[in-house]
Amino acid sequence: MNAEIGKKKNVFFRRWEWYLVILIIFVNIVNVYLSPYYLNMTNLMDMTFNFMEKGFIVLIMAYIMISANIDISVASNIAMSSVVMSVLYQSGFNIWLAVLSGLCTGAAGGLLNGLIVTRFRLSSVVVTLGTYSLYRGISFLILGDKAVTKFPEGFSYVGQGYILNSPVPFQLVVFVVIAVLFILILHKTTFGRYVYSIGTNEEACRYSGVKVDRIKVILFTLSGFLSAFSGVFLTSRIGVSRPSIALNYELEIITIVVLGGVSMYGGKGTMAGVILALFLVGMLRYGLSLKNVPANMILIIIGLILICSAIIPNVVYGVRKRSEFRKEI
Amino acid sequence: MNVSKKTAVAVCIVMSVFLLVGTAFAAKPKGTAEKEEGVYTIGMIVKNLGNPFFEACERGAKEAAAELGDKIIFTGPDVPTAEGQIALIDSFIAQRVDVIAPVANDPDALIPVCNKARNAGINVVAWNSPMTSEGVDIYVDNPTAESLGRIEVQMLADLIDYEGEFAILSAAATMPNQNLFIEWMKEELKLPKYSKMKFVGTVYGDDLREKSYNEAMGLFKSYPNLKGIISPTTVGIAATARALEDEGLSGKIELTGLGLPSEMAEYIKSGTCGKMALFNPVDQGYLSVYASHTIASGEIEGNVGETFSAGRMGEFEIVEVKGQAPSIIMGEPFIFDAGNIDEWKDVY
Repeated sequence: MNAEIGKKKNVFFRRWEWYLVILIIFVNIVNVYLSPYYLNMTNLMDMTFNFMEKGFIVLIMAYIMISANIDISVASNIAMSSVVMSVLYQSGFNIWLAVLSGLCTGAAGGLLNGLIVTRFRLSSVVVTLGTYSLYRGISFLILGDKAVTKFPEGFSYVGQGYILNSPVPFQLVVFVVIAVLFILILHKTTFGRYVYSIGTNEEACRYSGVKVDRIKVILFTLSGFLSAFSGVFLTSRIGVSRPSIALNYELEIITIVVLGGVSMYGGKGTMAGVILALFLVGMLRYGLSLKNVPANMILIIIGLILICSAIIPNVVYGVRKRSEFRKEI
Repeated sequence: MNVSKKTAVAVCIVMSVFLLVGTAFAAKPKGTAEKEEGVYTIGMIVKNLGNPFFEACERGAKEAAAELGDKIIFTGPDVPTAEGQIALIDSFIAQRVDVIAPVANDPDALIPVCNKARNAGINVVAWNSPMTSEGVDIYVDNPTAESLGRIEVQMLADLIDYEGEFAILSAAATMPNQNLFIEWMKEELKLPKYSKMKFVGTVYGDDLREKSYNEAMGLFKSYPNLKGIISPTTVGIAATARALEDEGLSGKIELTGLGLPSEMAEYIKSGTCGKMALFNPVDQGYLSVYASHTIASGEIEGNVGETFSAGRMGEFEIVEVKGQAPSIIMGEPFIFDAGNIDEWKDVY
């Protein structure tokens, strides 16, 4: 991402995504070498169960962070919509009607974030930090320390099912479809261009007549909707809904987006990068857990990779600058 | 072709190569890690890592595994969530362990993944935290409320020579565990040997240190002839011990109940609390591994009425407990006194 304009020739291989590809290849080689159970179609497919729910949110979080915003309330929104959905189901609603209400709840939660951010011109960090507690609190208010279980068979398929008799999880297919949609929108439409330009210079966008506020509201609403969507899959997969569901997800999601090359200051990053980062973290976690590496150790490793990834571009950039400087002399 | 399109294509190629290689290897027989006859791999998952209670369980589990020649994988998520445990169970299924033994953070949320394990031919043995037969084969239970209640009266009787007034300092009036203990204490008191002991009443400290301390002070004033106090809660017993020492009543009023060795060590050594009980985490880990081993070897199937031998802990029978999978009850609580507290105070 640091390639200078006008030097198109070598730009392609200097892209951040290659660093992730190399890391993924490295992680896979190490995993295969370390565990005889890693390279197995069924296992590799089952692996995706553990990070697909985060994946849905990673997609929209990338948009939000490219536009120089952030949504910290996503995991709390998962809990709130999951709890609303399951309480409605418990009180006699049809399960799919309950799912729909859950999705609406999530979208409404996102809409509220978006409206507060745009109407009051507040920082999204502050607003979503507030709703982060608010939505989790509402879930506890509704369900307390109880849990809702015993969802019908058809609903269990959403999060646990496979496509026909293949080892391909239904979840993965849904993710691929949504991911393709998100890639196309970000990189091929005016809307996508606007998201980048808001992240680069919001004021300039406003003066050029871009409906900045509207785009932000759309992004936050979508984020709420996808959180609820992810909540439906998570609830179905674990077969239980409770207020403490999806605890700490937001941090992992933001980690993946940053690792994927999206700048915290907005304007930079690609869908390919964040999707690669999602799989990188998923594969790394899975490989390490197959070797029964303690969870604390896994956190340390992921933390180190994130820090290295943040440092490397700066170092590379510095080295390149210096060598160019020497050539000029 | 612009840059982002090129990247997208490159990414797709890498992913498909990766999947193809995966598929190619999928056909490979799973003989890479051949199993030795009679050696079982048991994957134990606790609530979360870094909990001293479960570290003590791990010691017992390793002891049993060494005796049986089994392999133990002892792990847990970084935060006590069901999602983290599900991911670990998934990885155990992929590793084809013989038994998965979870301490469920959320019994309901583990049911689907436990059934996935059972469908893959893996036995699932819950321990410490109850699960139903919907998800697991058997459950290794803590000592029952009955044994924990009865032993508290027995300990107090021993300390006050079966004679004198005593009171109970409990947690909140609504707590089901403590109420159950107290019911069993009253049951035990009906035996003729306790006829000279007089139960004067129960006070509630709500499991808050300050309130428990004040309630204990109140007891000293209300009952000048008080000889003993039973506190069936770890918070209450520690607060009462401090109140006794602050008032200089140590030795005049005897204290017993259920307490954590780490919190109570100083009071046990000073004689304020003569002895107290709780269950032994090392034994719990030990028993869980023996139960896992016998079910993996097919010695038992997990039906009510079957018996098996658990090394140094002796014979156990699988019994029926309402709302639980067929259960193995871990026998008697463990008694801590001045003689053994030093071994345990650092354990949990």
